[in-house]
Amino acid sequence: MPTIKSLEDLKRLREEAQRVRKLKVNEGKTEIVVSMGTVGIAAGARETLKAILNFIEAHNLQNTIVKQTGNLGIEGQDPLVQITLPGAEKILYGKVHPSFVDQLMQEHVCEGKVIADKVFNP
Amino acid sequence: MRELSLHILDIAENSVSAGGSRVEISVIEDMVNDRLSIVIGDNGKGMDTETVKRVLDPFVTSRTTRNVGLGLPLLKAAAVGCNGDLIIESEPGVGTTTKVTFQHSHIDRMPLGDLAETWLTLLLGSPEVNWVFHYQVDDEIFFIDDLEIKRELDGISFTEPGVMRIIRELIRDGVDSVS
Repeated sequence: MPTIKSLEDLKRLREEAQRVRKLKVNEGKTEIVVSMGTVGIAAGARETLKAILNFIEAHNLQNTIVKQTGNLGIEGQDPLVQITLPGAEKILYGKVHPSFVDQLMQEHVCEGKVIADKVFNP
Repeated sequence: MRELSLHILDIAENSVSAGGSRVEISVIEDMVNDRLSIVIGDNGKGMDTETVKRVLDPFVTSRTTRNVGLGLPLLKAAAVGCNGDLIIESEPGVGTTTKVTFQHSHIDRMPLGDLAETWLTLLLGSPEVNWVFHYQVDDEIFFIDDLEIKRELDGISFTEPGVMRIIRELIRDGVDSVS
């Protein structure tokens, strides 16, 4: 069974990895974490994550790491997304549905502006 | 959750929470025997028999057991309703394997949904896990073990735009080529 579709894909991947490696000079990374417990998934967290990834791809955002985590134990706020800009505090947003993702990514991740009324404060 | 791919995502998240370093997911559509089977196996911390019983009981699984929600009992009920079943084999210290089967043509069977998106979510979101994906429709097979990809990337993040584009294509094309 082929592990990978074709050798060509691996080659493309290798070239892309080399290209990215050259660009990296210890820049800070932005970290985005999406909560993916059962409740989060049922609330649409997969589509939220998809929208985040689409934004990164469409706007060619480098140095952004997207991760998932289990249930954060916060009721009624899913999908939850936590954003940490380099050197900044973690900010947690509640009810991040795909329709809100573009604004969130543009204002918080790209421009560094916290969208105060969407921040979740326990 | 109205698609099986979301349940797969949910179960695989349990595998990650259980500390699995290698998780294998296989989805097989067997038209000849009219079966759809899903197997999710991990090498995480495993569960004893009592715990396995508990995670399948919708009335006992409480909100304090945070790594297991209502997903499993509901999925089991859906499978049983389609002439299938959900079975969990688990051993503490060894790992857990969850098998779900359905009668493929059953009118109440949930659609498989967006399997490629579920796999991408897992691959990109939990890169510390070694993911093995197997999707088969009759004799057509798509198989991917991400170790080879990680070797090429050598520490470069999956979520770099260029890398993500290639991986997305790889998984989408793979799943589409089979289904």
